[in-house]
Amino acid sequence: MKFAIQVNEGPYQHQASDSAYHFTKAALEKGHEIFRVFFYHDGVGNSTRLTTPPQDDRNIVERWAALAEQYDLDMVVCVAAAQRRGIVDDGEAERNGKDATNIHPKFRISGLGQLIEAAIQSERLVVFGD
Amino acid sequence: MSEEIKKFLYLNRRAPYGSIYAWEALEVVLIGAAFDQDVSLAFLDDGVYQIVKGQDTAGIDMKNFSPTYSALGDYEVTKLYVEKESLEERGLTVDDLMDLKWEDEDEDWAEKDSIILVSREELAKVIEGQDVVFSF
Repeated sequence: MKFAIQVNEGPYQHQASDSAYHFTKAALEKGHEIFRVFFYHDGVGNSTRLTTPPQDDRNIVERWAALAEQYDLDMVVCVAAAQRRGIVDDGEAERNGKDATNIHPKFRISGLGQLIEAAIQSERLVVFGD
Repeated sequence: MSEEIKKFLYLNRRAPYGSIYAWEALEVVLIGAAFDQDVSLAFLDDGVYQIVKGQDTAGIDMKNFSPTYSALGDYEVTKLYVEKESLEERGLTVDDLMDLKWEDEDEDWAEKDSIILVSREELAKVIEGQDVVFSF
């Protein structure tokens, strides 16, 4: 089956990103297709490469990135939600005159149309949130 | 882009200003309207507060985005389900809600009510009939 995944909560504060990760990983291991993982609301916080959890804890950002590397996952961060919360890539830094970026290279910033498209193209949209 | 038209339902479950879910849900609805899908919204639980009339956010220094709901008809978003039990549990009636309308171009732009009052049981059937359910 072809799935679209939406992650609405940030890492660590809330289990949503963990649950979404485990679901996505299990689906891929069973041979299902993940059309896209879309990060929205505080979910955009899952994409900062500056995340530094204690060494004995899971690294949620790197874990998503490794999954993306293994399965060539498309991981999209909503631009409007990202701008509000200070998630920045090169393009956004340039456009908004910011002095730094923080996005992990396995994620990309794009518009909400990517979420709608994912919902249209997939057989199921699965939303992880509060 | 697929030409298939899907039934999209946006579930609005939270009060408008205590968190950003309501406003960011509305942003998805507005962007999504450009994709020509069969869109409905549902307001339940504290989500019914999103469309209460007379909202005034001056005291909390936040944007009052409630006028945006009145514009949904122009985006061809014309089905706004409101759960009766959620209103009753909060001491609200449909008279406390904004008078949300849309204009039917097939009937000489006749103004019609966008709000469809449904019971919890009826709303469950509405949800069951959808292809895509966004939950905010």
